[in-house]
Amino acid sequence: MSELASPAPDIVPAPERAASVIVDDVTKVFNQGRSDEVLALSGVSLTVGGGEFVSLIGPSGCGKSTLLRLIADLIEPTTGTVTVAGRPAGQARRDQEYGIAFQQAGLFEWRTVRRNVELPLELRGVSKAERRARAEEMLELVGLADFAGHYPGQLSGGMQQRVAIARALAVQPPLLLMDEPFGALDEMTRERLQSELLGICAKTGTSTVFVTHSISEAVFLSGRVVVMSARPGRITASIEVELPSRDEAGRQAPAYFEKITEVRQALRS
Amino acid sequence: MIAGLAVAALLWEGYKAAGDPEGTVLFGVRVLPRADDLSMPHLWTIGQRLADPEMTGGRPVWLVVLQACLFTLGITAAGFAAGTVIGLVLAAAMQRFRIVERGLLPYVVLSQTVPLVALAPLIAGWGGTLMPSWATVSVIAAYLAFFPVAVGMLRGLQSPSAGGVELMRSYAAGWWRTLVKLRFPAALPYLFPALRLAGAAAVVGAVVGEISTGTRGGIGRLIIEYSREATSDPAKVYTAMLGAALLGLLVAGAVSLLELPLMRHRRHVEVVTL
Repeated sequence: MSELASPAPDIVPAPERAASVIVDDVTKVFNQGRSDEVLALSGVSLTVGGGEFVSLIGPSGCGKSTLLRLIADLIEPTTGTVTVAGRPAGQARRDQEYGIAFQQAGLFEWRTVRRNVELPLELRGVSKAERRARAEEMLELVGLADFAGHYPGQLSGGMQQRVAIARALAVQPPLLLMDEPFGALDEMTRERLQSELLGICAKTGTSTVFVTHSISEAVFLSGRVVVMSARPGRITASIEVELPSRDEAGRQAPAYFEKITEVRQALRS
Repeated sequence: MIAGLAVAALLWEGYKAAGDPEGTVLFGVRVLPRADDLSMPHLWTIGQRLADPEMTGGRPVWLVVLQACLFTLGITAAGFAAGTVIGLVLAAAMQRFRIVERGLLPYVVLSQTVPLVALAPLIAGWGGTLMPSWATVSVIAAYLAFFPVAVGMLRGLQSPSAGGVELMRSYAAGWWRTLVKLRFPAALPYLFPALRLAGAAAVVGAVVGEISTGTRGGIGRLIIEYSREATSDPAKVYTAMLGAALLGLLVAGAVSLLELPLMRHRRHVEVVTL
C-alpha cells in the first residue's frame, strides 16, 4: 500500500530531474481590466516528472482545463511561468513537444479517418509512406484499422474520440495532454480506452496530464491525482496513487477504493 | 430538369391560350402581360425562327445566337475567374486582419449599390487603350461576381470551431497552413453557393456590360439588335433570350462540375455504430 502523501499545495521544489512540465506560481485572469474580469487560476504550481501520469480533478469552473491549455500554450499566463521539456511553453509548442486531445473529437470532416490521424505528421513534414504506416499503426492501437477510409461523419461519437486519441498519439509525443477525452463516452468504451491509454503510455514512456471530473477514472489512471478547487482555481491536494496493478484486478483492489475515498474527501474539503 | 422545362413550356402556352390577348388591366394598370402573338409568340414559332436565316440569305439564327453565346461566354468566364480570385483574396485578407474586415467590408457592400450604368461608361473608356474592349465587359462582370465570393468565403473562413483553430495552434501551424489545412476546406460548403451566385452575376454583368459599353459580337448586343425588330419579327428577340438563358445554365453547370470532386465526403451519410 502506498503512503498517504498529501503534500501541501503550492510548495513544489521543481528539481531539474527531467521534469516534463513545470508550472511555477501561475495566475490567469481572463478579460483583465474589464467588468467581466475572471480570476481563473491563482498561484498554481505543478511539476510533472518524466513518464509520470498526473490527473487534474475538480468541480467545473476550477480552472483545470485552463491549466491544461496554459501548458499547451494555447493561452498565456497572466503571471508566472510554464516550462515544458525544459523550454518555455511557447517554444515547446513550436517544437511539437506534446500531443493534445480534447473532449470534442474535433476531427476534420473532409478528411478520411486515416488522413485525420496523418494531419499532425503532415504538418511536421513526415514522408507520405511513413505517415501512412504510422496512421495505420495508431488506428490499429485504438481498434479502428478497418475504418481508415471512412469519413468522421460516418462514425459514432465514441469512434470519433478514438480517432482523436490516435491523432494525438501519432506524433509519439513525449508529453500527452488530454482534456476529458473520454467524457462523452459510455462506461464500457471508457474503461477499454483507459486500459489502452495506460498500455500506450507505459510502452512509450509518455508523460501525461489528464483532465477529468471522474474520480474513479483519475485514480485508476494516475500516479498522482491533483485536486483543484474553484473560484479562484487553486491546487488543494496532490494525492499519490499506487495500485497493485492497473487492470481489472486493480479496479477491485482495496487500495483503489481507499484512494477514491481519499480523493473524494479532498474534493469536499 | 426536363420536367422543369416542360412545366415552363406548359405555363407559357397555357397562359397564351387562357390569357386576355390585350393583357389584364386593373384600374388602368396592366397587371398581366398581353398574350397576343406579338408579345408572346408560340414556342414553335420561336423554334422555327431559330432555324430560319437571320436575314434573307444570311446565316441561320441559331448559329448567330450560338456564336454570340460563345463570345459572351468567354467574357463571362474571364470576369467570373477574375471576380472569384479577387473575392477569395479579399476574404482571406479580411479573415486575417480584423481591421481590414472592419474597414473594407462596408465598402464591399457599398460597391454593389453603385448603379452599374454609372460605372459602365467609365470602364468602357478603358477599352482600346488600357485593354481590349471585350475586357472592359469582363471587368464589369468581375465587379458583380466578386461580391458574393468575398462575403460567402469570409463567412466560410470564419466557420471553423475554436477547437479546430486551437488544434492547429497546438501543431505550431501558422496562419497560412491553418488557412490551407483548416479554414479553406471548412469554407467549401460556403464557397459553392457563393460561386453559383457569382456565376449568375457574371452572366448578368457580361450581358448588361455589353449593352452599356456598346461591345459588339455578344448575346447582350444581339438582344438589343433583335428587340428593335420586335414589332415585325417578335420571335427573333426570344431566340436571343434563350441564348442568354443557356449561358446561365452553362455557368451553373460548370460550378456543379467543380463541386462534385471537392465535396465527395458529403455524400456519405450512413453512420456506423460500433
